[in-house]
Amino acid sequence: MIEGDYRILVIDDDATRAAMIESGLREAGHTSVTVITEMRQLLRRIVEVDPEVIMIDLGNPNRDVLDEMFQVSRTVRRPVAMFVDQSDRASIEAAIDAGVSAYVVNGLKRDRVKSVLDTAISRFNALNRLRDELDRTKQALQDRKVIDKAKGILMKNRSLSEEDAYALLRTTAMKESRRVAEVAQGLITAMKLLE
Amino acid sequence: MAHEPARPSRGERLGNDAETGALTLGFIPLVDCAPLVVAAEKGFARREGLDLTLMREVSWANIRDRVALGHFDAAHMLGPMPIASSLGLGRPAVAMVAPFSLGLGGNAVTLSLDLFAAMAETAAGDTDQFRRFEPMAVGRALAIVLRDRQAAGHEPPTLAIVHPFSSHNYELRYWLASAGLDPDNEVRLAVLPPSMMVDGMIERQIDGFCAGEPWNSLAVAAGAGVIAVTKSALWRQGPEKVLGLRAEFADRFPEQTAALVRALYEAARWAADPANIGELALLLSDPAYLSTPAAIIESDLRGTLTRVPGTAAEPVADFLVFHEYAANFPWLSHALWFYAQMVRWGHVDHTAAHAETARRVYRPDLYRAALAPIGADLPRASAKVEGALQRPTPVASRLGRMTLGPDGFFDGRLFDPDQLDQYIASFRS
Repeated sequence: MIEGDYRILVIDDDATRAAMIESGLREAGHTSVTVITEMRQLLRRIVEVDPEVIMIDLGNPNRDVLDEMFQVSRTVRRPVAMFVDQSDRASIEAAIDAGVSAYVVNGLKRDRVKSVLDTAISRFNALNRLRDELDRTKQALQDRKVIDKAKGILMKNRSLSEEDAYALLRTTAMKESRRVAEVAQGLITAMKLLE
Repeated sequence: MAHEPARPSRGERLGNDAETGALTLGFIPLVDCAPLVVAAEKGFARREGLDLTLMREVSWANIRDRVALGHFDAAHMLGPMPIASSLGLGRPAVAMVAPFSLGLGGNAVTLSLDLFAAMAETAAGDTDQFRRFEPMAVGRALAIVLRDRQAAGHEPPTLAIVHPFSSHNYELRYWLASAGLDPDNEVRLAVLPPSMMVDGMIERQIDGFCAGEPWNSLAVAAGAGVIAVTKSALWRQGPEKVLGLRAEFADRFPEQTAALVRALYEAARWAADPANIGELALLLSDPAYLSTPAAIIESDLRGTLTRVPGTAAEPVADFLVFHEYAANFPWLSHALWFYAQMVRWGHVDHTAAHAETARRVYRPDLYRAALAPIGADLPRASAKVEGALQRPTPVASRLGRMTLGPDGFFDGRLFDPDQLDQYIASFRS
C-alpha cells in the first residue's frame, strides 16, 4: 500500500474506458479501485464503497446525483469538494476537456489526488484519440468506396481513364468547396435517380 | 441545429467569439428550453446580430460547470442554480446573473399507480377536491397513506428530483411540508436523472418524482404513474427556468447580453402564440432537441395533460406560460423566494450578506435596459408580493398595458420580499 492510497471509485457506463482507467490507476500503485458501470442503485453502491475520490464521465447524467450527495445530502456527512483544489483551474479545465469530472473529499493531499486525476485524464484522452482515429479510418474507407464507384460511373459514361475521372471529381470538389467524397456521393445519387 | 456537447479541446475553446455575436448556449432537453431553440431556429437571434450555437447537455451539473468555466456563454438554467452558484453552495462561488426568465410553471409531481390508488381510497373526506387534483387534498391523502405505512413498519417512499438546487426540490418540499409531512424524514428525496425516472417507477426504485415536461407525460404514457399535482396548482405563475450567465460575461459584453435578452423575448412571444404550437412541437421533437413525440410536446404547449393512464387529456390552467403575464421578467421576489427556501431546508445560513448576494442575481435592470428600446411594456416594480393576486390584475407599467396573472400559493400563504426575515422565521415554528 502506497502513501495516499485512496479509495477510488470510477463511475462510467462505458466499460472499456472504465477498465482502462482502472488498469491505469492500478499500474500507478493504487490498490483500492472500484468500478461501477451499472447505474442502478448507484447511491447505495457509493455509500457501500465510501470513496474518497470519485471519477465520473461528463456524459453521464448521474453527475446530478453526485451533486446532491456531496452538497446537501444528509447521507454523506463528510465535506466533499469537486476537484483537487478549488483554485486549480488548470486541472479542472484539463479534466473537463477530456470529458471527466472528479469529486474529492476535502483535506486529501493535493499532489496525490492530482496524480489520480492525471491518470484518469490521460486514459480518457488516449481512448478519445483511439476512437477518433477509428472513426477517421472508417470514414476514409467509406470515402474510398464511394470515390471508386463514382470513378467507375465516369469511366463508363464519359469514357475517361481512371486518372482523368479522379481529376474531374477533384476539380469539381475544389470549385464547389466540397470534399471529393461528397461530390462522388452526389454523382452516385444522381445516377440512381436517372436509372 | 443543436450540437452534441463536443469535447472542446484547448485549441478550439468554445465561447471566445462573444465579441462578434457568436454565442454558445447550453440546454437540457425539456419543453421549457423552447425560447432558446426558437431564438436560434426562427431568426430572432440573427435579427439581433447573434449567431447562436446550442449545445445539448446531459446534466445540470455540466451546465453549471461549463458556464462557470466559459465553455458556454449562457445557458438554460434552473431558477435557483445561479443563486446557488453565486452563494458558492458546496463548491467555489462563481457570480452568475439571470437577466431573463424563460417562463413560468411547466413542472409536475408524478406518483406511482399503487401509491396514487391508495391515496384515492383514503381521500374519502375530500373526494371532489381530490378528483380535481387540488394540492391540499392530494397532499392530505398522501400524508394519511404514508402515516399508515409508517405505522405498519414500511420504509418511507422515495421521491426523485432532478437536482438539489432546483425549483422542483423546493416546490415538492413546500407541498409535502404544507401537507404536514417532513420531507427529510417521512419521505426519501433523491436525485435521479429525468431519463431514468420512468424506468425507476416501473422497477419500483422510486415511488414518484417531480420534474419538468415531457417526463411526467412520458411516465403516464408508459402507464407508470399519475400526474398528481402540477406546479401551476401549487404556485400559479411560479418561476421556473432562467437564462443564466456569468456576471463577468454580462459586465464584459453588455451589448451581446442585451441582444440575447431581446432575441429570447421575441422568441418567447413567438413560442406563446397559439398559432405556432404545431410548428414549435415539431421543432422541439427533433432528435437534436428533445427527441420526444411531437404529440406529447403539443399537449404540454396547449396546457392539456393526460394525468391518469388511459384517460382523456384535460386542460390545466396556466400549466406552462412562456410570455404572458410578464413571464419573462426576472422578479427579485422570485429569487428571494428561492433563497428563503434554501434557508428553510438548511442549504444556506440566513445572513444579511447571503440575502444580498441572492438579491443581486436576478437582474431586472438588465432586462429593462435591453427591452426599453424595442418598446416592450415593462413593470414599474422589480419585486412583488407573491401569492397576492386572485385574478388577472393590471399593474403599473411603462406603457400601462401590463396584466399579471393570478399567482396564489395553494396554501394561501403570501411571500412579501420586504418581510424576508419574518417569512423565514415563520418556518421555524
